Amino acid sequence: MTTASQPEKTTFLKKLFNRPEQEYADPYLGGILLGLVLFASLFITGSGLGASGGYSRYVAFIEDIIAPGHIDQVPYLIHIAGGELNPLDNWIVMVTTGVLLGGFVSGLLHGRARIELIKGPRISNTTRLVMAFIGGTIFTFGARMARGCTSGQALSGGAVLSAGSWAIAFAIFGSAYALAYFVRKLWL
Amino acid sequence: MTPFPLDLAALFGKAGMYLVFLLIGFFFGYTLEISGFNKSTLLAGQFYFRDSRVIKVMFTAIITAMVLIFLATGLGLLDYNLIWVPPTYLWPGIVGGLIMGVGFILGGFCPGTSLVSAATFKLDGIAFVAGGLVGVFLFSETEKFYDAFFNGSYYGRLTLMDVLHISTGQAVLLVLIVALGLFWVAEKLEQLYGGKAPSTGSKPRYAAWFGTLALGLVILTIGQPTNADKWNRIASEKEALLKERSVQISPAELLTSIADDQLRVIMLDVRSERDYNLFHIHGARRVDMNNMLAIAEELLIDPKIGETVTVLMSNDEVAATEAWKVLVAEEVPNVYILEGGINEWLSIFAMDDPNITPKDGPVGEDELRYNFSVALGDKWEAADPFIHEWELEFEPKIKLEKKRGPTAGGCG
Repeated sequence: MTTASQPEKTTFLKKLFNRPEQEYADPYLGGILLGLVLFASLFITGSGLGASGGYSRYVAFIEDIIAPGHIDQVPYLIHIAGGELNPLDNWIVMVTTGVLLGGFVSGLLHGRARIELIKGPRISNTTRLVMAFIGGTIFTFGARMARGCTSGQALSGGAVLSAGSWAIAFAIFGSAYALAYFVRKLWL
Repeated sequence: MTPFPLDLAALFGKAGMYLVFLLIGFFFGYTLEISGFNKSTLLAGQFYFRDSRVIKVMFTAIITAMVLIFLATGLGLLDYNLIWVPPTYLWPGIVGGLIMGVGFILGGFCPGTSLVSAATFKLDGIAFVAGGLVGVFLFSETEKFYDAFFNGSYYGRLTLMDVLHISTGQAVLLVLIVALGLFWVAEKLEQLYGGKAPSTGSKPRYAAWFGTLALGLVILTIGQPTNADKWNRIASEKEALLKERSVQISPAELLTSIADDQLRVIMLDVRSERDYNLFHIHGARRVDMNNMLAIAEELLIDPKIGETVTVLMSNDEVAATEAWKVLVAEEVPNVYILEGGINEWLSIFAMDDPNITPKDGPVGEDELRYNFSVALGDKWEAADPFIHEWELEFEPKIKLEKKRGPTAGGCG
């Protein structure tokens, strides 16, 4: 029985991962749908969307495994993982886990979930990977400093008219635009 | 009371609440993916004027959500006080934003988009996520060196309305106009630098733009509920509580609560400065009756407000009851009134103090019924009674209720 169902399963998975790649949605349509998700979140739960908060909790979780007790000496993380607290026992971890699932399912359905490296035409694969890693490090460092990233501050805080969130949004875009010319080799 | 936001934990239990957040995250990830936010070259293209997808998606999402939220609050379906408005820490925010911009242009993602990219097996997305985890680690290890800066320039729950001194409807319209202006500029730049033909944009977007503008005008017209509107909506239910006297706690219960280490008590004294200087309970803070809305705001962003009892007091109960209505209409949880006010408190705890004597003759409503030999504020023995010297009996009325809605943002 198992041998009989095996080929069927492979073709199903093959089909699933080899769907023809579809184009992305119209940006305005994508924006409206994203806005509806954000509204639903605020309306039902009172919380906006977030991503970088999930990062903090994953880091605290990993630190707790590698160096138990160390978190108790880190003032910034103590309130999410000090003592007996489980850093993953939090709603924002659910949201980020959902983001991974939702992104994966959409990628699968639209034929865009495949192993590849996206980069500008003039740089090597290694450069792209190194820059992505460095960029990620710098971005979340800034996100912790500002208490939120593009999701939690610019998007969610912007929609509920937080003054600080608008200042942060303009700072992010202002700084990226100002620097773009000097690193154009990475992308153009 | 507004029906939304829901108290998810009470409705569905913790597991149900987590499922709701998982679903929200799912649709968040799904819409980010269909918008093309898993592809770093598309995201970075924004900063070279080639493809303005990022600006279009982000600002469309912001204005869509904004218009629906303020329509819902205007109609009394949702309470603005109970949704999470990120508090303003101005300089850490701006410096953090500038740092994020550097990470954005180097790495090609932000945290949310990198998760979607990694989930669709983009290797650069996975590298960004790995770097992101290191970034959090570096911040948490070094935060102690700039703790004062990180917690400085704090303005509380500051909104665009507060900064620009405009109404909510005006702020909504302003953001709509800025967003539509940005769309127009973005499309012009795409034609100039991205080589897009002027007619390639989808036609329905015009309808969407006019639709949101029209909704913005509706929001401006209907306005937002005032404190009096909010009170009127809940008046019948809450007047009953006042009448049953289930929110007036006795001096004995207040003293017991203050002495209880497990319970946090905030005492707000709404009397005149003169009365306050003559005598007030140790730990009570004087607040101005005209300032109660700002006090409500301050209490609502206190992350521990769900475990805190707020007790209002005047000489009798009149002013304290008015203040109670303001706070309750703004959805501050666990607010109580000191039964009989300071006069009642003094009648018990200042009984044996020769320097605090009852006034002769009639005294007006909500006025002090005692004379004091000097103005000692909270230095009187009766201001800070030693609980073990008293045999206190009372019918306990305080029942702690958690605040609906979040006590922290998604980024903590």
